[in-house]
Amino acid sequence: MIVKREKLTFWERLYLPALLGGFKITASHLVDTLFRGNNVAKQVSKGYYPEIPWTVGQNYRGAPYLVRDQEGHTKCVSCQLCEFVCPPKAIKITPPGPDGQTADRANAEKMPLEFEINMLRCIFCGFCQEVCPEEAIFLQKDYSLTGLSRKEMIYNKEKLLTLGGTHAGVQKWKHKLEEAKEQESFPVKV
Amino acid sequence: MLKVVGVFGAVLTMFAYAVLAERKISAWIQGRVGPNRTAPPLALKIPFLGALLQSWGIFQPMADGLKAFLKEDFTPNYVRKAYFWLAPAISMVPAFLVLAVVPFGSKLGNEPMVIANLDVGILYTFGIISLGVYGVVLAGYASNSKYPFLGGIRSSAQMISYEIAMGMSVVPLFLIVGELNLSDVITWQAKNGWLILYSPISFVIFLIAAFAETNRLPFDLPESETELIGGYHTEYSSMKFALFFMGEYAAMIAASAMMVTLFFGGWTLPGLSEPASSIAVGLLHIGIFVAKLLAFMVLFIWVRWMLPRFRYDQLMDLGWRRFIPLALANILVTAVVLWMRSAKP
Repeated sequence: MIVKREKLTFWERLYLPALLGGFKITASHLVDTLFRGNNVAKQVSKGYYPEIPWTVGQNYRGAPYLVRDQEGHTKCVSCQLCEFVCPPKAIKITPPGPDGQTADRANAEKMPLEFEINMLRCIFCGFCQEVCPEEAIFLQKDYSLTGLSRKEMIYNKEKLLTLGGTHAGVQKWKHKLEEAKEQESFPVKV
Repeated sequence: MLKVVGVFGAVLTMFAYAVLAERKISAWIQGRVGPNRTAPPLALKIPFLGALLQSWGIFQPMADGLKAFLKEDFTPNYVRKAYFWLAPAISMVPAFLVLAVVPFGSKLGNEPMVIANLDVGILYTFGIISLGVYGVVLAGYASNSKYPFLGGIRSSAQMISYEIAMGMSVVPLFLIVGELNLSDVITWQAKNGWLILYSPISFVIFLIAAFAETNRLPFDLPESETELIGGYHTEYSSMKFALFFMGEYAAMIAASAMMVTLFFGGWTLPGLSEPASSIAVGLLHIGIFVAKLLAFMVLFIWVRWMLPRFRYDQLMDLGWRRFIPLALANILVTAVVLWMRSAKP
C-alpha cells in the first residue's frame, strides 16, 4: 500500500511545533507522575513491587517444573523429547539405563535418574510442556528465580518435583488402565 | 592546582548525579518511579532523612560506581588490544580539557575562577572538542566487529558535519564582541546584555549541533542502542564502558558550560555582574554558573526522552543543507549589520 503523504506546511517543516508538542506532553507526564500519582508509579498499597508482590496472571507462563500425578508418582518417563526440543538446550536428562531404577508407577517403563533444567538458559518458551507426551512438565507461575551462583541455578529433579507440586489434570495412563480393565468384561462400557 | 582538582571533582560528581538525574527524569516522564532502593547500611538508621534520601536515589551513583569497578572486565579475543585500551581514555579526556578554559566564576579572593585564561579560548575549545571523535572512531576500529565499526563510521561523519555548523554558528558572536577570550566574552555580556538576545539563530544552531556533538538523542546515531546494539561501545564492559559513559556526560557538561558562557552570560546575572570582592559573592557567582549549567543538563536529558532518533540521511541533510547555509547567512547578516552601524557617524 502506498501511503499518501500530506504536504507539510512551512511551519510544520520547521520541526518546531513537533518539538514544542514533545516538551508539552513529556512535561505533562512528568507532572502527572511526580505530583498527581496518575499512572503506573502510583502506590496502590504501601510500597512497590518487591514488598508488594505482583499478582501473576492466570495464563502466565513462568519457569517449567516437573509435576507429580494425584497419587504422588513421577509423571516423567525419561523419553527426552523435551531435551531434544529445548531451543536453548537448558534441559539435561540422565536416563536410568537398561538395568537402572524402574518407574514408581504402573504403565511406565522408567523414570529419569536425574532431570536438570538450567534456569540461566531457560527462556520459558514452553516447548517442553508442548512436546511432553506424559504431561509431566508445565510452565508454572514462578517468574523471579535468583541464586548466588551458577550452580545454584541448575535445578535438579528433586527440586523441580518439589516446586512443581501435583498436577490435578488428566491422568493419561490411569484412564488407559481403566479402559483396558473395562474391556476385560462384556459388554464394554466405555 | 587546587582549581584543577576542584573542577575535576565537581565534574565527576556532576557526572554521577547526571546519570541519576537521567534515570529519575526518564522514570518520571515514563510514569515510573526510578531508582529508590539503594542505601548504605547505616544510612537508613537516620530518622526520616535516611529513607527520604533513599527514595530519591541519592546513594545510587555510589552503587553504580562500585559496580563499574567490580564488574568483570572482558576483552574479546578478536579486538585490537592496544587501541581497544586506548579508546575509552581518548574519548574522555577532550571533554575535560575543554572545561579548562571555561570561566566558572568571577573571583575567590584574588584568584580568578578559570583554570586557563587563554586569549584564544574559543579556538582552543573547538580544536579540542573535535578530538573527542577519535575516541569513538578508535573504539569502533579497535573492536573489530560490525556494530562498533558502523558506529565509528557514523560518528566520524556526524562529527565532521556538525563541527562545521557549530564553529560557524559562533563566528557572529565574536564579530559582535571582538574578543576570543571567554572571560572577555562574559565581561562584554555583563555590560551589554546576554548574547542570545543579539544572535538567537547562533544559539539554535549551536544548541542542536551540541546535541549532535555529544551523541545525544535525537542524534545518537553512533550509539543507537536499537539498531547498533550500543554502537561503538558494544564490546566494552565494566570500567572501560564507564569511561565512555563518563566521556559522554563530561562532553554534555562541557557543551552546557560553553552555551552558558557564550550565550547566557556565564557567571553573571543582571545586577550581579561585577567581579566578586568578597568570598561569599564569589561563591554566589559559581553557584549562578552551576545553576545555569544544570538547567542545560536537564534540557539535554529531557530532550532524550522526548524525540525519536533521526534517520542517518536526515541527520546529514539537516547538518549540510540547513545549518551550514543558515550559519553562513547568519555570519553575513551580522557582519553587514555591524558594518552599517559602524559606518554611521
